[in-house]
Amino acid sequence: MQEIFELITESIATLTLNKLRTGLAILGIVIGIGSVIALVSLGQASQQAIQSQIQSLGANLLTVSPGAQNTGGVRGAAGGGQSLTYDDAKAILTSVQVDDVAQVAPQYSSRGQVIAGGQNTNTTIIGVTDSYTNVTNTLVSEGSFISAQDNTNMSKVAVLGPDVVATLFPDGSDPVGRSVRISGTPFTVIGVTLPKGGTGFANRDDTVYIPLLTAQKQLFGVDYVSSISIQVKSADLMTDAENQVGYLLLARHKLSDPTKADFSILSQSDILSAADQTTGTFTTLLSGIAAISLLVGGIGIMNIMLVTVNERTREIGLRKALGAKKQIIVTQFLIEAILLTFIGGLIGIGLGVLASYVYSLVTHSLFVVSPLAVLLAFVVSGGIGILFGWYPAQRAANLQPIEALRYE
Amino acid sequence: MGEQFSLGLEALEEEGKLKTPITIQVAHISKIYKTGDIETKALDDVSFIINKGEFVAIMGPSGSGKSTLMHILGALDTPTSGTYILDGENVEKLNDDQLADIRNRKIGFIFQAFNLLPRTTVLQNVMLPMRYGGVPIEKRQDVAKKYIQMVGLSQRMLHTSNQISGGQQQRVAIARALVMNPAILLADEPTGNIASVQAEEIMAIFQEINSQGHTIVMITHEPDIARHAKRIIHVKDGKITQDEKNHKQQIAKKEHASD
Repeated sequence: MQEIFELITESIATLTLNKLRTGLAILGIVIGIGSVIALVSLGQASQQAIQSQIQSLGANLLTVSPGAQNTGGVRGAAGGGQSLTYDDAKAILTSVQVDDVAQVAPQYSSRGQVIAGGQNTNTTIIGVTDSYTNVTNTLVSEGSFISAQDNTNMSKVAVLGPDVVATLFPDGSDPVGRSVRISGTPFTVIGVTLPKGGTGFANRDDTVYIPLLTAQKQLFGVDYVSSISIQVKSADLMTDAENQVGYLLLARHKLSDPTKADFSILSQSDILSAADQTTGTFTTLLSGIAAISLLVGGIGIMNIMLVTVNERTREIGLRKALGAKKQIIVTQFLIEAILLTFIGGLIGIGLGVLASYVYSLVTHSLFVVSPLAVLLAFVVSGGIGILFGWYPAQRAANLQPIEALRYE
Repeated sequence: MGEQFSLGLEALEEEGKLKTPITIQVAHISKIYKTGDIETKALDDVSFIINKGEFVAIMGPSGSGKSTLMHILGALDTPTSGTYILDGENVEKLNDDQLADIRNRKIGFIFQAFNLLPRTTVLQNVMLPMRYGGVPIEKRQDVAKKYIQMVGLSQRMLHTSNQISGGQQQRVAIARALVMNPAILLADEPTGNIASVQAEEIMAIFQEINSQGHTIVMITHEPDIARHAKRIIHVKDGKITQDEKNHKQQIAKKEHASD
């Protein structure tokens, strides 16, 4: 006991004597442990942010897509079908069979060339009705959105996403009231949507909205829609609404067997389960990041420990010459390594947590610290620190004292 | 082995030296280094005896084997063959930890490069061997102070090893070598790294310690330094070429007390 106490005081004295060496070793461990904690925490914060974004899309949204058309056993690409029509959408809203639906927003989307003056861009063109803005929470920053009137009149009006505005009007001039050509047809710009950001499944900022009927009849010459978004009256009516819409569409499409449906209904719960799969991928990614930062941090710690112990080979030789037994020398270096690792580890945890906190403040995201990451970083980095403090000391203590004394 | 030992004793009796206790008895020691297929004989059948209270200089040119001899005498290395008895203990059969114990209790080292712990105080450096010798912690400081005073460095006790001159560092090393009251003081080129005035001081301390009854073995290649010893052993090509009493021992001037 007395012996251990003496070794500890001696180790502390040695560590405080060589401030630069001690500082560098601690820095190595701090960075090793801190970076793992910070990276994993940032990853987890992003993961939770994505999850909450998906959830904020609304838990009461159903999306009907033209389903797989089984033609001779060949399954067509989902979403590529032509089985849904504007009339289907109208029927969903008006049918007495369906009473849980609040709003319906049919869409037809395609890609097209948009030209304004000398600028042009190839972007997503979506034909929408006036209900689109409520169902998908798309708001305008300037002008107005497509109205019911615009749709019935098949007006040649367009609402631009902010990215499209930036491309077509690089001088920053107000696009409202200007004319653009979409696939050769002139349209008048009546509004600009608020930026929504590029997260999610498609970039809605790089989009041009036009009236649905204009898109179908004037521009693309089709009579089907790409999808129908349905806002259900409340989240607990989702299953009922899904069933009502499903049976209505089966009847309208004259299908008796639900397994042969030529459409599919996706609810937010399906999206959430898809999001859970995304989360799984994310977790794998995070583990990868953690593993790499552990490796990098570990190598840093290993190097600094190897260098500091090697530098002291002569000292080890002297201590042996003066009568220190191998065990005492190894124990002393082990205690030094443990002290360094613990001090560095605690500072590292503190800095890692602080970095995560600052990140959450700056990005307005959740402040997450994974206890597992803290534990893993501490155990692995600490283990490496102790191992590579102990191993070269053990090697030096095994040298003949005279060899160790001559070591350069 | 017994035969070799008796051979050593016979040699002793011939010279009629059995009156004083024997401190070092070396019999037929050889040391062979192997580098690949080439064998180098650093020491070739060396035998001698050093009695308690002697002050011996071992002299020889570089490559003569005197450093190897010193390492073996210091239990820092073991001979390939032969017997080495230090203060009644047979050294060549001991394991690493037992050798460490022998070095701690029976040998006081003084190195050419001083080998003090860097950035550590004079007091702590001198206390170090007692820490490994199991001397109770409360006794160490008093003992260390006694020897620091003896080498005239009381005023420098709390200076760190890099704050004092080479000669002073060597005096710290002497104090450190003495704290365990060893059977021999083993000095390897003790003045090799210091100015000649300070070297003279070191020799004065050696002679003073020797007069108090300590046995000193000093390795050197400088005749000026060797002249301070009472006996000079010449080594060349791994063999002893000459072993003589120094009848003209030069007495060093004692100026060290002022530092």
